[in-house]
Formats: sequence, C-alpha cells, structure tokens
Amino acid sequence: MSEPSKVAYQVMWTRLISVVEEQAQALVRTAFSTSVREAGDLSAGVYDAEGRMLAQAVTGTPGHVNAMADAVPHFIRRIGREAMREGDVYITNDPWEGTGHLHDFTVVTPSFHKGRLAGFFACTAHVVDVGGRGFGADANSIYEEGLYVPIMRFADAGAVDRTLISLIRANVRQPDQLIGDLHALATCNEIGHRRLTEMMGEFGLDDLEGIAAFILDNSRAATLERINALTPGSAEGHMAIDGYARPIDLKVKVTIERDRILCDWAGTSGVDAKGINVPLVYTKAYACYALKCAIAPEIPNNAASLAPFEITAPEDTIVNARHPAPVALRHIIGHMVPDTVFGALDQLLPGTVPAEGAGCLCNFQMSLRPRRDGPAPKDAERAEVLTFNSGGAGARPGLDGLNATAFPSGVMTMPVEATEQVGPAIIWRKELRPDSGGAGRQRGGLGQVMEIGAREGHEFDLSAMFDRVDHPARGRRGGGIGAPTTIERDDGVKMRGKGKQFVPHGHRVRMAFPGGGGYGPVAERTRDAVLRDLALGYITTEHAAEHYGLSRDEIDDALARAKKGEVF
Amino acid sequence: MSTAQARLGVDIGGTFTDVVLESPQGRVSTKVLTTYAAPEDAIVEGMHRVCDKAGLRPADIAQVIHGTTLATNALIERRGARTALITTEGFRDVIEMRSESRFEQYDLNLVLPEPLLPRNRRYVLRERVEAKGRVLIPLERAEIEALAEELGEAGYDSIAVGLLHSYVNPAHERMIREVLAEKLPGVSVSLSSEVSPQMREYERFNTTIANAYIKPLMESYLRRLRERLAQEGADCPVLLMHSGGGIISLESAAEFPVRLVESGPAGGAVFAADLAAKHGLDRVLSFDMGGTTAKICLIRNHAPKTARVFEVARSYRFKKGSGMPISIPVIDMVEIGAGGGSLAHVDVMNRIQVGPESAGSEPGPACYGRGGERPAVTDADLVLGRLDPARFAGGSITLHPERSEAALAAHLGDQLEMGTTEAAWGVAEVVDENMANAARVHAVENGEDLSTYTMIAFGGAAPLHAARLCEKLGIDRLLVPVGAGVGSAIGFLRAPFSFEANRSEFMRLSDFDPVAVAALFAEMEEEARAFVHSCDAEAEIAADYRVYMRYAGQGWEIPVDLSAEHAARPEAETFLRLFEADYRKLFGRSVEGMEVEITVWSVNAYTPVPPVAPVDAAPEGDVAQAEVSRALFDPALGATVAAAEVARASLTPGTVVEGPAVITEDETTVVVPASRRAVAQPDGSLDIRRKQDARAAQNDRESAHV
Repeated sequence: MSEPSKVAYQVMWTRLISVVEEQAQALVRTAFSTSVREAGDLSAGVYDAEGRMLAQAVTGTPGHVNAMADAVPHFIRRIGREAMREGDVYITNDPWEGTGHLHDFTVVTPSFHKGRLAGFFACTAHVVDVGGRGFGADANSIYEEGLYVPIMRFADAGAVDRTLISLIRANVRQPDQLIGDLHALATCNEIGHRRLTEMMGEFGLDDLEGIAAFILDNSRAATLERINALTPGSAEGHMAIDGYARPIDLKVKVTIERDRILCDWAGTSGVDAKGINVPLVYTKAYACYALKCAIAPEIPNNAASLAPFEITAPEDTIVNARHPAPVALRHIIGHMVPDTVFGALDQLLPGTVPAEGAGCLCNFQMSLRPRRDGPAPKDAERAEVLTFNSGGAGARPGLDGLNATAFPSGVMTMPVEATEQVGPAIIWRKELRPDSGGAGRQRGGLGQVMEIGAREGHEFDLSAMFDRVDHPARGRRGGGIGAPTTIERDDGVKMRGKGKQFVPHGHRVRMAFPGGGGYGPVAERTRDAVLRDLALGYITTEHAAEHYGLSRDEIDDALARAKKGEVF
Repeated sequence: MSTAQARLGVDIGGTFTDVVLESPQGRVSTKVLTTYAAPEDAIVEGMHRVCDKAGLRPADIAQVIHGTTLATNALIERRGARTALITTEGFRDVIEMRSESRFEQYDLNLVLPEPLLPRNRRYVLRERVEAKGRVLIPLERAEIEALAEELGEAGYDSIAVGLLHSYVNPAHERMIREVLAEKLPGVSVSLSSEVSPQMREYERFNTTIANAYIKPLMESYLRRLRERLAQEGADCPVLLMHSGGGIISLESAAEFPVRLVESGPAGGAVFAADLAAKHGLDRVLSFDMGGTTAKICLIRNHAPKTARVFEVARSYRFKKGSGMPISIPVIDMVEIGAGGGSLAHVDVMNRIQVGPESAGSEPGPACYGRGGERPAVTDADLVLGRLDPARFAGGSITLHPERSEAALAAHLGDQLEMGTTEAAWGVAEVVDENMANAARVHAVENGEDLSTYTMIAFGGAAPLHAARLCEKLGIDRLLVPVGAGVGSAIGFLRAPFSFEANRSEFMRLSDFDPVAVAALFAEMEEEARAFVHSCDAEAEIAADYRVYMRYAGQGWEIPVDLSAEHAARPEAETFLRLFEADYRKLFGRSVEGMEVEITVWSVNAYTPVPPVAPVDAAPEGDVAQAEVSRALFDPALGATVAAAEVARASLTPGTVVEGPAVITEDETTVVVPASRRAVAQPDGSLDIRRKQDARAAQNDRESAHV
C-alpha cells in the first residue's frame, strides 16, 4: 500500500474530528439521563492502538478532557491487549480510572480492522443514579456513594454480560434508565467504529500509525510553539472556598518552562470527610482546561496537545484524593480549579484571564414524594429531579462577565417546562439576580435567583451542591466582589449550601446564586455602561449610587427612559 | 391559450431577486438586483421583464408565489418593530439566559448574542399554570389592564405574549389578548400558544418574540406588494412560501410572518423534490452550494425532510447555539459555511481550514483581481482546471489564474511545502470533506444510508463539487438540472398549499386514550385544513399525520408517521409497533421494557401536488466529441488528466459525456471526474453516474486515494 498523500492526511484528520462529533451526537440522542440529553454532560473520543487519544468531541464538559485521554490506557492495562476480541465492549465507573465519580460511566470499545486491533473508541456520560445514598455530598466513603463497577467486560465478543446487567439493575433506583444509558454508550462507540472502518477502507489504511503521527506531531509542535512564546516564570494562585463543613484552601503554583507548563497543588487543604473530594484525573482536566483557554484555545485536545501541561498534587490533598475517599460532588472543587489557576496566570500573562466567577455549577436535586404529615392526593408521586444552573462568570479584561452562564463547565440548563414534566416540582422563579455582578471597569456576570417548591400534596428533600456562600468571587485588578450564594426557606429558615435537607409540605426554597467578580477599577466604568445596567435592572438604584456614584437625577432620568421602553 | 394558468414565482434573496414566469408556453426567468428600501420595486421590474420575454401581460398572471429573506434579514439585522414581551412573573429573563451555556468552550472573550428584546421591554404578570395545564395562580384582569396602560405609554407597536406551559393551557394568553385588543387597539399581538405551541419556554418565547418583532414590517410590506402588483396589472392572489415547504395565504403570512423565515432555501428543496418526482427518485440528497454557504437536505419519497426547530442568525462561525432558536415547522436543512468565496488558511497545526469566512463579492476571491489577496475555494477550482478564466459567470468577470496561484502559494503552499496544484487540491478536498461530513452526520441523525441516494445539485458552485462529494459519500448517481440558478423561485411554483398544526401534549402509551387521541387529531386537522382552505376554497385537501415519540425519560423524540386510519382509529399497540420499528432504524436497537410516550402531535394538511410528467431516461446515444481538451485535476486520482470540454448547449438527449470532462454553460461548469459519465436527459438535466463497466477498477483507484 502506497503512503497516503499530504492531502489525504488533511482529509483524515478532519474526518476523525467529525467521527467523534457524530459519536457524541448519537449519545445525546439515545441517552436517558437528563444530564446527558439536556445538559450535554458527556464525552466521546477516538484512540490509536496504543491508547493515545487522537480526537475528542467538544461537548458540555471540560471535566472529561484529560480523564478521557487517560482512561483508555487503564483499560488496556486491566483487560490486556491479547485478551481483546472483536465485539468486546468494556465498562467502568471507577472514579480514579474513569472520570472522577461513580455517576460517570465510561465505555471503551476496541476497533478491529481486518482482524487486527486498530484503535479504540471511548465515551462517557453522567447518569442520574448509581444507588448508594444518591447524588449528593453526604457520603463518608466511596462505599456509600453507590455501585462501583471496576474495569470489566460489558460485552464479550458481542454477548452482553447478563450477570452484570442484573447486578446493576438490582443496585440502582432507576434501572431502566441506567441500562438504557449503558446501551446508548455502547451504540455510540459502535457508530464511531463503523465510520473509522469506512475511512480506513477508503484510504487503504492497515493501521492508524501514519495518521496518528501526523495528528500528534503537528499538535505537539503547535502547543510547544505557544508555550515557548511565553516568558518563563512562576507564580502562585490561592483561593479559599466554602467546602462542606470547613473552608478549603486551593493553592497552585504555575511554572512556565521551555516545552512545558507545570501546575502543582502543594499547600492545598487535605481530603474532606464528605463527598466533595477530587481524584487527580479531574483536577488535571480542569487545570489543563484553564491553561488551554488562556494559552492555546484553538488547538484541539489529543494526547500530544495535552501532554505539555503537567499537573501534579500531593497525595491526600483534596485535589488528589485516593480511594476510598467520597468523591460524588468532585465537580464543586473541580469547577473552582480554573479560577485558582487564573489567579497565578494573571501575574504571568497580564490582561489575559477573567476575574473569579461563580465557579461551580449551582446544581440541586429534589427527591419528591407524597407528603407524610397529612393525607396525600391520589396522584401524588415519587420523583428525582436534578437541575443544572449557573451563576455569573467573572468580568474579562475587555468585557463584562457573562450573566448566568456556566464557566468553566459548559453544560446547558434544562427548560423549566421540561423539568416540571419530569416530576411534581414547581420552579416558581428563575431569573437574573440584580446587583450580584462585582463592580468594576468591567462588571462581573449576574447570578440568578430561583424559587422552588413541590406540587400540592408533596414534600421533598433538597440535595444542595452550592459553594461561594462564605467565599464570594473576588474581582481582579481593582474590581469588586460578586454577590455570595444565599439559600433559605420561604419562612426565613436558613439552609446550608451543601447536603440533603428536608423541605416540609407547603414550603418553598429561595436561592440566590453567586455573581462574578469585577475587573479593573470601578471609577473607570463608562457612564453609559452604568446607565445601561440601571435601565436593564442589572443594578438597582442603591447599587448605582453606592458603587458607581450616580446622582439622583441621573438615576431618575435613566429609569424614566427605561420605563418608556427606550433602548440603552 | 389559457393565460389564466400563468404563474409567477418570486424569490427575494440577499443579492438578487429571482423572478420566474411559467405558462403553458413554457418558462422564462430573470434576475434583478434586490432593492432593499422597497423590495417590491425589484419584483415589479422582474415581472415586466419576464412578461416581455414571454409575450404576456401582467394581467395574464393568475397567481404570484413569493418567498423572501426579508423576514430572516430583519431578524439578523435587528430591524424589527418596537416590541414588548409579556411573560409569567419570575421568568422575565428566559430569552436572555438562553441555555446558560457557552457555544464555544475555549474562548475566554466569548460574546453572546443580544436577546431580541432588551430587559426593560420584557414585562411580567402574576399568573401560573403547571405542567398538566392546571391553574396554580389565576390571572387577574385588573393587572392586565394596568400593564396595558404602561405598555400604551411606552408606545409599542407589537406585543409578544409567552406564558409558562401555555402550550397545554392557553387560557391566560387568550385573556391577555382580549384585554389588549380592548385597551390597545391597533397594536399587533402574537401569542406563543398560537405561534409555536410547543414545550420548551426558551424556544417558544423566542419564536413568538421573533414573530411579533417582524409582524408590522411584514404586514405592511405584504399589503404594499399586493397593491403595487395590482396597480401594475397583476391583480391576482399573492401567496407566500413558508419555511415548511408549502404555501400559505397572504393573510396567514401576515399573522405568522416567522413562518416565512428560510422560505427561500425551502423553495430550493421543493425544486429538488419536484425533480426527484419527475425522475422517479425516492431517496435524494439535495445539495445547494453558492458563494458563502452550502445547504444539504434529505428528500424521501419526493418530500423534503422536515423538523420542528432550527436556528437563525448564527453569530459565531455558523456554530450551533450561537444564533436564536425558532420552533416552527421547517424543512430540515444543514447549512455549512462553505461556498465559492470561502477563504482558506493554514492553522497553527498545519491544517488547511476553509470557511466560514468568505471573500464575498468584494473583494472576492483572489482570481477576481479586485484586491482579494487570500485564496478562496473558487481560486482552488480555477487552478484545478474546473473553471474557464474567460467565461466565468457568463464572461462578466475575467478570472486571473496567476493571482489564484500566488494566493495559494503565499497562504498555503509555502508553509505546507506543497506545490500550487497540491495546495489547491488540499483546499478543494478540505471543503468537500467538510460538506461530506455534514451530510454524513445529518444522514446518521436520520438513520439514512447515503449510498442508496441520488444527489441533486444546484446553485452556482455545486456542479463543480458535486461529483467529488458523491465519490466521498459513496453515491452512485448525480443529477444536475437546468435552471439551477433560479431553483428556489421555480420551487415556489411546485409547492403545495400546506399548513402544519402542532401540539405538545404528553401521553404515555400505558395511559393511551384512543377517544382523546382521535379527537385531538380531528381538531388539529380542522385547524390545518382551515388554513389551506383560506388559500384555495376549491381544492382537494389531503393530510399527513405524525407523532413524536420517545422512551419516557429521553430528551429527543423521533418522528413516527401514521396513516389516516391510525389517526382516526388510534391504538396503542400500533403506535408502539411503529415507534419501535423507527427507533431500530435510527439507532440500531429498541429497548425492552421501557415506557414509551408521545410528546408532540402534528397534522399537515396540503393540496396534493398534481402528478408530474415523468422524464423518461434518454437511451444512451452518441458520445460527445470534444474539440477541446482541458487539463483538469482529478482529486480521487490525485493527478491531472486531459478532460474533454463540451458545451452544455450542444448536448441533445442521450448524448454521453465520458469523464474526465467539463461541461460548460453560461453560469457555471459541471465537472465530470474520471470515475463518472454523464448522459444528457430530455429535460436538459445531466445524469451523471459512476462508470458501471469500470466499477471494479474504479473502486481500486478511489480506495488508493494516492
């Protein structure tokens, strides 16, 4: 077989990226979990026979970035290359060898071409339930967090392992959904495999060596060029956050060297007693994501483009928790990793990174059931309702922060109308939160307020997964802080930012999610921008007067014009 | 002669207004520059031109069918009416918060598109309906009246009303309309429960606002147009093409102008569907490639595939999520930023990237010689021998191959150590690969296997790239029609009157209520028929029935087509059987033991398309003798070959053109690669097929791909 042309390699790279996008699309369309289908919490990738990732679909979550790159070598080591056969499908939800918690299932399928192992497809999806205590921070060890499936066969030469299926079914709350999702994961790899086989046929390839080298060499060179254009140096970032029962210090030292960037987490708090600990693989994902956003945003993720970013953390820190630490809500700390890295990067690359933002998603799960303190109506039901929501993002050097938009996570919120179809939950309010963006030359993004309750005749447990109650987002370069998280019952009873809490029949919960920090001195914000914020209700008159020194007349004039529907 | 049968098709595009007149004597067409200030001017000019050509008077025109990008442009350019939104208290920011996600993960300086209405034009009322339609908080009339006063003072021309769960229970929205009609007569009102009665508040509210936003503009334009045409002698019904591929009355269009968005491209798909019917093709991929974008659409059984939601005004490299969602019945088209003007560059990983940035017409590709420095797809096409420099666009622009070569060398070749031809090959392959990937993903999403499809290609750049796309997609047959330059306007003349009624109503098969289902279908059918009836009181009306189903818990529904019998006498078992069959087809397996539910119901009423006159395939005749041969680069062979140059006008039915060849015409060139041969058809189409006799050898060559 003749060597493919340069043009052929160009075409094949484009094709592989399309294959993984298609693979991810198939998963979105067939998955049952709300988190996958509505929120985009999934990943898909293609690998060469060595297990090196060649392309990864850009989906809702950077949390899977390195985790996906690392996962396949674990599968090769555990299963053994010789033991792999056509039609095999492997599975795990191991937090340390997969993507950080039991709720993520990773499925890997070897791809055989002309009887030889040519590469792998892998995909990951966040499922709604894996048994145990349910999705939340309350577990004391991984054993309480649900069913643990080590790397093993899901299908052996095409035959699905019925024993595994019945074990899984018996251990989770919504077995049909979960089994449906596992099949969806397997199907999505199968689609990738078929397309790869077609491509290899079309280009007359026996293996992926040539195209892998082309992709990896060019990606490595481009990444190194970016890194080597930076001024070498070292700086530290530090951010304190709420944690579960005690505050957590996140400390990072970022060092730019020739050909690599180091990111070390020495000095960070130790492992927490509750399920907010982070396996190193997940810390790596978000640290790497932050670095890539700032340094090489357009270089796609693959084994070579990720390699120059070296992330380390001492064992038993909260960002490198070991088995059997509880890790279900690892995203809370993980989502705070980029802001910490940006704290260091701001010193090394001034004018590049944003102020601190809400950081972690403002997620909560409602476990609804018929009321027990009185007679429940006949049609009262039990249901689990998980929602993903966002606070405000940090202001950028030249732009205001994004309002109620996820960062660093990229997942989508679910429509309220869809959420209310899932179970007897009522979302009474979901809108922007005035005054929550940190003041500054560029204003921080606004958080949002939500008010939730249950349909008549129901009570519920609320599993809260919030941070920034006591540690709001800080501004950068003179910008002000964003508003902190607040949570309380409608009768004024305070609630905690984390953990499962009972809400009796007839009560609602009011939540206000945090705003992003401001950027630059507040005095430098243009008058027009402040007036616009006021007219749109992004800030109240009090806030306008206090932080931006607007006079009574200016305020009254702007509000009068706003009321007439004028555009600012 | 029955002049009453003359019909005028008019498509207002971004650059040109295409006008086609069809009468029993035949078809004439013209292109007039679009007159933005008063779009009807171009139409009138075009009408007179085609009437002169055909020897008819405007009074001979029995019907004008019109499609336009005006609605789309008004949304993109934000040139709509002074509009307000009334929504449920607590949900003022739905259209601003969108999906709370970023459509580009790695861009720290991402800018989200501004919502159609700023926050101070969004008003709330205290009221609430829950998911099953029960009222949780009743709406107080006094509060509406107070709000009406405030709206009156602010002087809005148009008001959108979008309340939570109004797709199940529209009572509160209707009550608001009542009060507004009373308090603010003359202000136009759009209700979300009528514009887009579908679940998902962001999509529904945005669609309703879009409708309200363009309604005054479109209403006055349509009224002006009809009057103007009447003044000019064409005092006949004016009908509008809608995004779903059918025609609605001018009154319906004025009420629901958002349904006109994407009507131009829809006309193109209908044009292809009509051609598919004439040639008896059940599975067609239509491929429309112009200067900046390419559009791809699947056509099954002579009907373009439809969808319920799409995105307009994408602000960021055509990226999904960077525009605004519009949920209305629409022809399901994939749009890619790939056209003749798409610019190529090398990225940091030494990858050739093409589009979506476009050279436009000014300065245009480097070969135009108007100051364009960067290589575009047209430059690659020129270097590869696909275009005749002296006869591009009917000879109106002389192309400069040396400028193409210089641009390709400077921006690609030098860095990638490729010769000029190789760089051009790379550009052509990458843009073709991008289009092929989009087609593949679209086919997979729809559970279709493209290798059983025939491609129909139209638009200026399509015939240059279509055959290569077929090679990449494993498609054996390609049809290149005549009149491809005004395809959309011709499509308008082939479209049926149609209206699709939709409902979002959840029903699990375990709770299936045959009586309620039959009643729902009957109600929707009546609604849809009434719209069609308003266009043509005489015509026979047919209806298609469809439900969208999924396993309970899934987020994506799949369409399941039903017969009239299924809709009139519905049975849960039948619905389940049909769903499982379609699910297996799409995803390879069905899932045992899962609950199945219906989420959306739809009835499409339409006037049946008159039977087409089939085009009988011409028996193969003589092989065209080329006097000239041209050096043409064949990407599948990876080599330059000597291609016969044949004028399309010289071909008679049955004439065979063996590839490699270029078939030239005024507006474009049809490339026939070495793997294909073309046969001219009685209707002027070129039927380009893979060489059967050479199949084995061809397989070998294509797979080698050098």
